[in-house]
Amino acid sequence: MTTHLPTSSIDAVTAGLASVGYIASRQIATAVYLAEKIEKPILVEGPAGVGKTELAKALAAWRGLRMIRMQCYEGLDEAKALYEWKYAKQLLYTQILKDKLGEVLGGAETLAGALDRLHDFGDVFFSKEFVEPRPLLQALEQPNGCVLLVDEIDKSDAEFESLLLEILSDYQVSIPELGTIRAVVKPLVLLTSNGERDLSDALKRRCLHLHIGFPEQKLEERIVESRVPGASETLRRQLVGFINQVRALDLKKLPSVSETIDWARVLVLLQSTELDHETVKDTLNVLLKYEADIETATPQVAGFVAKAGRAGTFG
Amino acid sequence: MREELHRFFRAARGAGVRVSPAESIDAMRAVADVGFSDRTTLRDTLLLTLAKSQEEKQALGDCFDLFFSHPEPPPAAEDESETDSSGSAADNAASPSGAGAPQDGGSAPPELGNLAQMLLSQDRSAVAAALAGAANAAELSNIRYFTQRGLFQTRMMDALGVGRLRDDLDALKSANPTEAERLAAALDGLRDAVRERVSQALLLYGREETENLRHEILRNAPLARLERRQVAQMKALIRAIARRLRERYSKPRKRQRRGHLDVRRTMRRNAAWGGIPFLTAWKRRHRDRPKIVALCDVSGSVAQVSDFFLLLIHSLHEVVDDVRSFAFSGHLIEVSDILDKQEPEAAMREIMAKVGFGSSDYGNSLADFEKRWLRAVTPKTTVIVLGDARTNKLDPRTDILRTISERAKRVVWLNPEGRMGWGWGDSEMFRYAPFCNTVRQCATAKQLERAVSDIVAAYQ
Repeated sequence: MTTHLPTSSIDAVTAGLASVGYIASRQIATAVYLAEKIEKPILVEGPAGVGKTELAKALAAWRGLRMIRMQCYEGLDEAKALYEWKYAKQLLYTQILKDKLGEVLGGAETLAGALDRLHDFGDVFFSKEFVEPRPLLQALEQPNGCVLLVDEIDKSDAEFESLLLEILSDYQVSIPELGTIRAVVKPLVLLTSNGERDLSDALKRRCLHLHIGFPEQKLEERIVESRVPGASETLRRQLVGFINQVRALDLKKLPSVSETIDWARVLVLLQSTELDHETVKDTLNVLLKYEADIETATPQVAGFVAKAGRAGTFG
Repeated sequence: MREELHRFFRAARGAGVRVSPAESIDAMRAVADVGFSDRTTLRDTLLLTLAKSQEEKQALGDCFDLFFSHPEPPPAAEDESETDSSGSAADNAASPSGAGAPQDGGSAPPELGNLAQMLLSQDRSAVAAALAGAANAAELSNIRYFTQRGLFQTRMMDALGVGRLRDDLDALKSANPTEAERLAAALDGLRDAVRERVSQALLLYGREETENLRHEILRNAPLARLERRQVAQMKALIRAIARRLRERYSKPRKRQRRGHLDVRRTMRRNAAWGGIPFLTAWKRRHRDRPKIVALCDVSGSVAQVSDFFLLLIHSLHEVVDDVRSFAFSGHLIEVSDILDKQEPEAAMREIMAKVGFGSSDYGNSLADFEKRWLRAVTPKTTVIVLGDARTNKLDPRTDILRTISERAKRVVWLNPEGRMGWGWGDSEMFRYAPFCNTVRQCATAKQLERAVSDIVAAYQ
């Protein structure tokens, strides 16, 4: 029934994601593999910028599926996430059809008779014609399946979570007037969360729970290699080594993978082949987003660069 | 394989990871797919399917390492050293297979029991297998509380055949003293091994329930009679209660107000265009805004409990938007700011420094409240009074509570003393009670939790 067959092995997932430029750790690959095998959504948690949203994009690119993104925010409700009736259209049609009313009611002699006739037409207004599908419903209606990304679910209200439950466990939505709409092809669902709010157990129970943290040094080097091909091997090793030391500091916002990539790009633009004290100091603002953080890190730069340099030459 | 997994689920529950049947089914399906052979993949798979948070992942990972570092081999483990292991358990019919095991144990004289032979021959793998068999026979995975340690040790020793061994030991003592000594030493070693085995099982299977038991005892202990070392635990417990309350009740502050389409207003708004609806109008949801005024007694007589009161009020501040808090002993001050801005510990210290420990004067404190803050009480307000109503024979000023009661929606009085104490000595509880909608005893953490939970729930 599904057009995309589940992958045969965990390694195939790793390779597939790598082919579209996403270097996945073993846990990530295992999660994706299992999600397809046992048909469960993946709840991805972890600090900002470690590639949670990227994963969904890579998955869609690799599978050649459409990605439908549902960005969550406070106050998000059914009408914006799932479906809404096209009220204005309904009312407009009523107005336009006013003239037709005579024909419809034509033969009816009594009020009761007229009402009966009207009842036969009443349901028309609550048919699919008048449903405005929002992202979640769209995801179910994709004929070829899709990757549904429910981004930053922790930003939404608790009620919204309960709205998701039906979709997450059964891949279907119940619309009171229409009945149940089932997925044409079960979408691959990813939910991301930064852990701003605790999610309900009911939601968590329906998902595979994947935590993406900061990657290990070797993995991060490979990520940089795949994303910023212009960076030399020495530079890659040094800058990842440097960032790993920065992450040990007590900062407001630790630099994540996306910052590593940005920084690597900047350094390549500046045509650096290896880290040096001055360039690092000048470009620190790419890596750190708060003035206070930069102040904390600046005195350490010389030491870190030296250490990263050594690691780069001998490691 | 399924047995093994089920045991692991049990161990996981022991480690504090809630594994529901649905999750265990998922895990089974997943494991059936990835297989058992690759440890890392198996670990990843179980972590993905079972754990629901980072902490649970940590706990589950540790549990996994512990569990699989020392697998309790199911009966299949016998095949390596068939003769010895099956023989060992045969005495107690733990293993059905090896009743008449051939005895080629070697050095020991043939009239000794299987266990003695095994110990004397110092066959390590045989002993390990025997231990595993005994663990199965004693159903070691059912251990829950640390108090059961002795019981399970005895059971395991019995299952190993220690009865027969004692006879052998007695017999040997006269016949071959050196051999007897060697056997006795080996027996001590075996006891240690069993003890260790039981401790490990307790670690695997029993942690959560031991903890629950301790918490349960603590929750029901009277707050005023806690020992010093329990106070710290109790504070941690109250903080956990507060966190639970917050999780349960802290609905987002802002929420979508838009309700259903308001047909009447829509028609009216579009009347200008002949009823063609260009603009839609929506019904709004109205909600009560919760308002709480808390009056907390921090005088000497309730000193031990007031800590907990303040902690709970602090948690109220985190759960409900509109809380105003007051503390009093001889006189009354507002402490909302302190509770809003500071961490619980610091806030409590500051409050106690300002008004704490004095002798209580309810009349005076109520008068303070009436004079300056009575306007804070509106028909939407729930007033919570935390105190023992012991007025030191001073005028209780019940008339002020009456005024408050008339203005407020509800008055709830939480008293750390039991009903028995009310009205005795200088307690004026019965004179205050008529003006309260609810009077509750609130002496244990459990009662406190329930009371506050009721109050908060009434607003949701």
